[in-house]
Amino acid sequence: MYRNMRWLVIASLVVLALVVGACGTPAPPPPEPTTPLPPPEDTPMPEAGTLEIFSWWTAGGEAEGLAAMYEVFEAQYPGVEIINATVAGGAGMEAKAVLATRMLADDPPDSFQVHAGHELIDTWVVAGVMEPVTSVFEDNDWLDVYPPGVIEVLSQDGEIWSVPVNIHRSNVLWYNTQVFDDNGLTPPTTLDEFFTVADALQAAGVTPLAVGDSGVWVDIHVFESVLLASMGPDAYRGLWDSTTDWNGPEVTDALEAFAQMMEYANEDHSALSWDQAAQLVVDGDAAMTIMGDWSEGYFKSVGLTPEVEFGYVPSPGTGGSFIMLSDSFGLPEGAPNRDNAIAWLTVCGSQEGQDAFNPIKGSIPARTDGDRSLYDVYLQSAMDDFASNEIVPSLAHGAAASEGWVTAFGDAMTLFVADLDVGAAQEAMAQACVDAGMCQ
Amino acid sequence: MTHARRERWLAFLMVLPSIILIAIFVYGFIGWTARVSLSRWDGIRPDYTWAGLDNYKQLFAGGGSVAARRFAIDLWNTFFFTLLFLAACVVVGLLLAILLDQKIKGEGIFRTIYLFPMAISFVVTGVVWQWIFAPGTETRLRGVNALLHSVGLDALRWGWYTDTSSIGPFHVALIPVIIAAAWQLTGYTTAMYLAGLRAVPEELREAARVDGANEIGVYRHIILPMLQPITLSALIVLGHISLKIFDLIYTMTGRGTGFVTDVPGIFMFETTFQGNHYAQGATISIIMLLTVTLVVVPYLIYSFRREVEL
Repeated sequence: MYRNMRWLVIASLVVLALVVGACGTPAPPPPEPTTPLPPPEDTPMPEAGTLEIFSWWTAGGEAEGLAAMYEVFEAQYPGVEIINATVAGGAGMEAKAVLATRMLADDPPDSFQVHAGHELIDTWVVAGVMEPVTSVFEDNDWLDVYPPGVIEVLSQDGEIWSVPVNIHRSNVLWYNTQVFDDNGLTPPTTLDEFFTVADALQAAGVTPLAVGDSGVWVDIHVFESVLLASMGPDAYRGLWDSTTDWNGPEVTDALEAFAQMMEYANEDHSALSWDQAAQLVVDGDAAMTIMGDWSEGYFKSVGLTPEVEFGYVPSPGTGGSFIMLSDSFGLPEGAPNRDNAIAWLTVCGSQEGQDAFNPIKGSIPARTDGDRSLYDVYLQSAMDDFASNEIVPSLAHGAAASEGWVTAFGDAMTLFVADLDVGAAQEAMAQACVDAGMCQ
Repeated sequence: MTHARRERWLAFLMVLPSIILIAIFVYGFIGWTARVSLSRWDGIRPDYTWAGLDNYKQLFAGGGSVAARRFAIDLWNTFFFTLLFLAACVVVGLLLAILLDQKIKGEGIFRTIYLFPMAISFVVTGVVWQWIFAPGTETRLRGVNALLHSVGLDALRWGWYTDTSSIGPFHVALIPVIIAAAWQLTGYTTAMYLAGLRAVPEELREAARVDGANEIGVYRHIILPMLQPITLSALIVLGHISLKIFDLIYTMTGRGTGFVTDVPGIFMFETTFQGNHYAQGATISIIMLLTVTLVVVPYLIYSFRREVEL
């Protein structure tokens, strides 16, 4: 009896010691006060070590595209072992929670995937945890092959903050060619034409516009096209740096047009996701949908051929403009394998890396000298537009505004879609700009 | 004497590890969250500048900002969701338990069927019920609406969780969510009530019948009063689940158009991890904790008193 007791006491003391010991283990020493490393004289040639790449690309063409880019990297730097750190979850919200924890604990990956523009700048750059990559652009003479509109999206305070690997277009209207032919219609190029076409389709018993906004980002996505249509690219750009007034009449026009548009949408829009809405167009239940060009991948995955069964035009009133969003990789301050990370970024931004990634992902290269023969007919037309159009940033996908701003905007949209109260929505959007610290 | 003291020491040592772990990982982090809720932490970088109750005031600002509107809707939604979900679980659970208690054949099978949904993750339930209640449109009905149409009950078709209308502050879109939640957890109340029913001595029922009570009277005057403690425990256990509900609604409907199915848990998650408003997220968490406390603490006091009495 007593002997048992003694063992119990000893055992519990051991457990206690372990627990206290674990709690008391000093945290890994904070990194040495960062003496800023001199910018590399020439392209570094890492021979060995590891490279940890953090992303939320776990499925479909994205994961395969990333793997193709890894192959390009491994061919150039065979001694470096890549650690593919992925966290599943569609829009990356789960991944971001993990990333935030690691970054704040001074345990950054060597490079991580992030939407180019203000999602990177206002979340990570202002927090002082990123290193600019301007020197990578300069060393590789990329400033000549990346369009100025893209460089503008990537830049803040005179520095470039990430290397984009691809470009997606947000303002595309996809349509079922059969439905349009049957009703003798041509795809609309202006908002007015859109409503004329929509009336004709409704009279023919077809849902004019398919929307799947179970996630509020889809509402923001459609609305940014309408905003651009009602004010043009210059004023649209100004919305994000306070030179365009959120209380102005163009915003009112856009809200009214959006409200009118929603009356032509499928009634069950809030029960569907964007791909289920695309399926309505595939089935001919609906004629059109406004969505980014990842829709093309969806249409092709169900066996449709571009320009045969489905067609595409810039969303109504936005011809000549290209709302861009981009996945990019950045360089965290204190990356454990900085040389390898820079080598990775060099691959990401190279023509070879981008031409390996993009045909698989279904997007176009962020540079203007991609090998056209690798891309399909839609992507080629997107490459043409990208080279010639006005490039403006997407709000829904993190390029135009901070995440806090997008979230507040989404809350305003959630209420607006339900009550279609233009006045209240405009007030809430103006307030969101103030709360984001951009407007007075 | 020394023996008793030694035993007490031993007992203390045995629980010490869990005391330390709970102190750090439960109460420590609650305290830290409370501190963040009183700060100006907005953005990835922690900022512990004292903000007093500003974050709380912003959430409760009447009529003003979108955030305050959203939070007011969330509180109403939580109230109605909890009320109707508990009512459904208690009433249906009791009914099923009474039916099962009639010594029917294959009771084991039924018990398993009723209890089984509890074994499924809320995430799975949410996705499946999202499909079931997806309304479709006139020309391509889906889910329950297609079923109702096929049996000629078209009058009962409606938009389910896509409906943005409300009766007073009650959003009707909550009804399908409540059905899904009740489907999942009614088995729990059924099991509890069945155990309670089995604990009622047969002699008591017999005595009541001898005294001239009919079957309904037996239940009303003898059995239901004896089930009261079970009802209370069930309400507490389910109540704190429903006040904190997140995963079911997040996967089934999300916030809903016009926030018709939004709850504080979803608001907290989105504002923190999407909007980087850490202080606001912490504030919502603390308010959620307080609401749960309001329910749980009286119960703890009550059960503690009972233990003392016994």
